[in-house]
Amino acid sequence: MNSRGQLLGLCVLMAMLAIVPLFVTSGRWIEFLELTLFVAVLGQGWNVLAGYGGQYSFGHAVFFGTGAYLQALLQFKFGWSPWVTLWFAMSGTMLVATGIGYLSFRYGLRGSYFALITLAFAEAFHVLARSLDSITEGGRGVQLNLNQDPARAIAEFQFNFSGPFLKAYGFYYTIFIILLVTYTLTWLMANSRFGAQLVAVRENEEAAMALGIDTFRVKMKAICLSALITSSAGVYYVQKFLFIEPGIAYGPAKSVEALFAPIIGGLGTIVGPLLGSFFIHGVGEGAKEVIVHFVGDRPGVDLIFFAIILILVLAYLPRGLYGLLEMLWMRLRDKYHA
Amino acid sequence: MEFFDFNLPSYSWQTVLGSAISGVFLGSIYALVALGLTLIYGVLHIINFAHGALLMLAMYAVFYLWQGLGMDPYLAMVIVVPGGFIFGYLLQRGVIGKASHGRDEITLLVTLGLSIIIENAALFFFSATERSVRVPYDLDGFDLGVTFVVYPELAALGGSLVITFLLWLFMTNTDTGKAIRAVAKQRQGARLVGINVEHIFAVSFGIGVACVAAAASLLVPTYPVHPQIGYLFVLIAFTVVVLGGMGSFVGALVGGFLIGIFEQLGRLYMGESLGVITISVIFILVLLFRPSGLFGKPAG
Repeated sequence: MNSRGQLLGLCVLMAMLAIVPLFVTSGRWIEFLELTLFVAVLGQGWNVLAGYGGQYSFGHAVFFGTGAYLQALLQFKFGWSPWVTLWFAMSGTMLVATGIGYLSFRYGLRGSYFALITLAFAEAFHVLARSLDSITEGGRGVQLNLNQDPARAIAEFQFNFSGPFLKAYGFYYTIFIILLVTYTLTWLMANSRFGAQLVAVRENEEAAMALGIDTFRVKMKAICLSALITSSAGVYYVQKFLFIEPGIAYGPAKSVEALFAPIIGGLGTIVGPLLGSFFIHGVGEGAKEVIVHFVGDRPGVDLIFFAIILILVLAYLPRGLYGLLEMLWMRLRDKYHA
Repeated sequence: MEFFDFNLPSYSWQTVLGSAISGVFLGSIYALVALGLTLIYGVLHIINFAHGALLMLAMYAVFYLWQGLGMDPYLAMVIVVPGGFIFGYLLQRGVIGKASHGRDEITLLVTLGLSIIIENAALFFFSATERSVRVPYDLDGFDLGVTFVVYPELAALGGSLVITFLLWLFMTNTDTGKAIRAVAKQRQGARLVGINVEHIFAVSFGIGVACVAAAASLLVPTYPVHPQIGYLFVLIAFTVVVLGGMGSFVGALVGGFLIGIFEQLGRLYMGESLGVITISVIFILVLLFRPSGLFGKPAG
């Protein structure tokens, strides 16, 4: 696991993504890239906690949903600017993460038990979002006003009615910048003292404790960083779709989406979630094409493929696609430089 | 619904009792689903996320046996229970055991993947339409004064008691049952005395799925089937298993009844929508303060 090599790969990928609009003009492909990068951000949030820290959350939707709901509700109820609400959305989600992390880690929940309690928290938030009509608008969800004034596109953080460039690429660059910032944060984390401590907790918590690492503190920091990254995906989602409802925010779909990409791409590696997201969405789109061609449009078909890939990766590629690429690269190098 | 109105509504004791009794019947269904889950956990120490999806699949099997062959849902048990056993045996032997490398978190992820495959395959083949089995006696029943009980609810209650008893009998009185308990207690020791551990794992998983198939038969007359019904039950079944103590049959039974009663009272006092939060709250509290549950031995 050469972190320099990873960084180099990441920089190349980022540079390619930055200049994509020079080559991609079709709206459909931009949508595809937006979705892929969105899931890559969601996946990095999960990866920080599970990949680096060994704490498998099954309810990561709780962080996505809280970020999204705060972003939507603060605009909807108080008319605040989206550029202000996003700070509240992200810090509010970190507060929720502090609460969940404190309870779970203080009481020593690990492995499957941690997975179960995160699932329970997501479900509890799901019920609350659906039931507390006076606060969350209940099952109808929150619908934000569409800004139709091109001059206010940036101020309103909405690019549906704006200049031709922003209209086509505004949201693409939004998610790209979020990706860039969150991946940089993760890289800094992974190469810091804290990152090393987090990996030590993953590998052997008792041993880490014996070495004098405050494992509770380390796990708390990890869940907060994870929540911060995941909530930024929630903020993006709300600005892009101007709508959030309990099922989208806290339902199981987002928790599952968050874990597919990093596991398939490579757990505990910085490029893993991005690699995984590209792979599954590429395969998913391809599979959809084929299925639509033969039997017509059916929902959920791509999920079947994702899950099959997930099981195959778990069975045969414990280090994911990144591990596979690394192994192939090593072989190639040995062949020509031996 | 007013959120800031903290005055609980007051009901007559008849209403509360009626609600609690319907909670017992609802709880017997939860117990039925949880029995297989607790067996699988007790032996394999894995949390089978696909349990709800398997329930849904078995419910579809019962539905199609009824629709296609006109088979009574209760009679369908003679087909779906052995079918469930074989399916579960093969699933554990062929997929779960192979892919999970003996690690708890990985097993959880593999079973999650399986549940996604099963659920979306069901959506693909059976569509999202709700389907229900109509039997001539599904609305017959008797009046308890405080609530009305239909025969299918009574059958589910009886079924949960009988299946718990049968499982207990099997575990204590047969060689296979003893081997299962041996594997649950001491994996390596069991291997040393010549027990085929992989076979016993698969047998336990198979029995767990057979239980969930029996639950499906008993459920179908009162619950319509749709592809997402499994997820609804899986969270509740986890709560029941954790509350009762992972691996304990009596725990699953008592836990099921308790959750059923709490849920119904929650609905009565907090409204249909918010009421179900009692389940998640109990789940969180038990995980935090008594992860071994009511009847489980504390993890050592």
